[in-house]
Amino acid sequence: MQQYILSKKNQITLISGILIAVGFFSHFALGNAFLAEWSLIIASIFGVAPIAIQAYQALKVKVVSIDVLVTIAVIGAFLIQNFEESAVVTFLFLFGHYLEQRTLNQTRSAIKELTDMAPESALVQTEDGEFEEVDVDDVDEGDVLLVKTGGKVPVDGTVLTGEGYINEASITGESVPVTKTEGGEVFAGTILENGTIQIRADKVGEDTTFGKIIELVEEAQDSKSEAERFIDRFSKWYTPTVLVLAFIVWAITQNIELAITILVLGCPGALVIGVPVSNVAGIGNGARNGILLKGSEVINDFSSVDTIVFDKTGTLTVGNPEVAEKEVYGDNSEEALSYLASVEQESDHPLAKAVLANIGPVDTTPVDETDVVKGGGIVAQVNGHRVAVGNVALMEKEQVTLNKKAQKDVQRFEKNGNSLVLTAVDGELKVLMGIRDQVRPGVKQDLQNLKELGVKNLVVLSGDNQGTVDLVAKELGLTEAHGHMLPEDKSAHIEKLQKEGQIVAFVGDGVNDSPSLALADIGIAMGSGTDVAIETSDVVLMNSDFSRLPHALGLTKSTASNMKQNILIAVGVVLVLLASLLFSEWMNMSIGMLVHEASILVVIFNGMRLLKYRLRGDRYNVKTGVEEIETAK
Amino acid sequence: MSKAVITLETLSCPSCLKKIESAVKGLIGIDQNSVRGVFNVNKIRIDFDEKTLAIEDIEKVIEDLGYPVIKSKVKAA
Repeated sequence: MQQYILSKKNQITLISGILIAVGFFSHFALGNAFLAEWSLIIASIFGVAPIAIQAYQALKVKVVSIDVLVTIAVIGAFLIQNFEESAVVTFLFLFGHYLEQRTLNQTRSAIKELTDMAPESALVQTEDGEFEEVDVDDVDEGDVLLVKTGGKVPVDGTVLTGEGYINEASITGESVPVTKTEGGEVFAGTILENGTIQIRADKVGEDTTFGKIIELVEEAQDSKSEAERFIDRFSKWYTPTVLVLAFIVWAITQNIELAITILVLGCPGALVIGVPVSNVAGIGNGARNGILLKGSEVINDFSSVDTIVFDKTGTLTVGNPEVAEKEVYGDNSEEALSYLASVEQESDHPLAKAVLANIGPVDTTPVDETDVVKGGGIVAQVNGHRVAVGNVALMEKEQVTLNKKAQKDVQRFEKNGNSLVLTAVDGELKVLMGIRDQVRPGVKQDLQNLKELGVKNLVVLSGDNQGTVDLVAKELGLTEAHGHMLPEDKSAHIEKLQKEGQIVAFVGDGVNDSPSLALADIGIAMGSGTDVAIETSDVVLMNSDFSRLPHALGLTKSTASNMKQNILIAVGVVLVLLASLLFSEWMNMSIGMLVHEASILVVIFNGMRLLKYRLRGDRYNVKTGVEEIETAK
Repeated sequence: MSKAVITLETLSCPSCLKKIESAVKGLIGIDQNSVRGVFNVNKIRIDFDEKTLAIEDIEKVIEDLGYPVIKSKVKAA
């Protein structure tokens, strides 16, 4: 019976709503007091039933829940024959509850998108060699599984036979499919876009990388910050206190009306729900954008970070040398470039690759008498011309004279941190190229965004030589740059910054810098959804897209202030309600309940705004997962 | 000891979870320290002894409180 009533809560809400409407209609329009009264009485009895049942069960386990307060209030109203109040209060409570449930599901939608990506079933090989579909929970390590085109990989495993293209976006954030062949590692939750593979299950369920990500995100939403624990403790004593207070008021004044109004006004509604709602929406937004935030503590700490330390220049640069600047001299530069390409084609020097990539496809000519000059470059015969490709020293050796402009260019290129490649044809300088490691596209804007979000110090600690580090720092406007750093130097430096009173976030790859990740106030692992990164860091950026970093920071800031807004709304509402009860005439139970339920919806809607949070000027399109081309400023 | 993850219908207030947690903790055969409700995903994780307690009994206690159980997964630990 109890269960039946509870399962029909929504219908009860509807019926009680209709009865109240009938009651008011007959009272005001028909002037039929008898019908009006009985409609409201029946509405009250209907409405209070599910609330009373829950109150009873709460008391059984020694919890004074909101249901208890409301039930007593309604019974009180009933006793003093204020059926209007009792009916309206129960209806508002039930209806508010219904709306809360609906809207709460919205705030959780982003998390649900993630958990829905978890595989449900698997095709397992049985003893007779056939494949049979079973629930993914029934798969054991060592089982042989079949994955077909379009199917989800159900476990972390190794490919035994077959090959296919797998979309690993759920793990790496990278949506370009990866080829997997025999011996290749596959991950649970990734999708086989093409092909058929048989895999051996190595890790199943919550042990898989995806399982860990889900568990982390699920737990993150519930991990409590100091403030939340305070609210928890507070609300544990709060409801009983309200109950006692109402009782005392009644004992002194003998005014039941006043006592039950206090019960309703004292409901802690928005206070207990406000912070968790911001939390879940913020973490959900992160999960949708490839940012895993480990709980509200992390959100609070990250939002107040004033120093961000990068573990290497590679985070900021492409890590791939490219031609950054180029000058051509004299005529026939086309011809010279084609000769240059012909020579570099035969070289495996790292700079040669950059040169060829810059020239692009051109007709090449066979090369003779190639002579590699150590520490200088290459001299060769192409099409009957003597072509020298190399540094300034080689040019001097080849007695190539540099005119004034060329000399200036050389100086400028060197100053900008380039490695130089000069090309001379028949003793005459034709091409000058400056090659350097490029700053990742957009990083400059991202760092600017970080600064605008209130980060004061941007520091790079790198193993590279100081010169390279300084150049990157200067180009990007970093505040501090240190080269020649060993991992222990890095963690020592972080400690030093912390002693100076800075709140430090450390961005690393999570592989060999775990001391620094752990030491920093916030450890951010970037570019890999690996086990280690997930475990040692506070924030995981699932792919190496740098623009996620300002988004993450902006998101935590918005989430932290959203929580504060919600606490303010909740506390404010209770204070205003109590004040108006004491100092005004118009306050009664129904209005109190209405305001309460409304305030709960307000905090939920306020939290929901976080789901749509997007950094202004963000380059990243959430829907397509593709970087948008930066528009000229 | 077995590990159970019980998924419930949407919980709309953290105190509902408190209620369920304390009810479940009262059962014999439950590892009290293991009971952990995850409010935002409407789940409860429990370690319990399958010899003294069946998962159906746990489900019943929760459903009696008025919170329908959607599914539960049990794994031997």
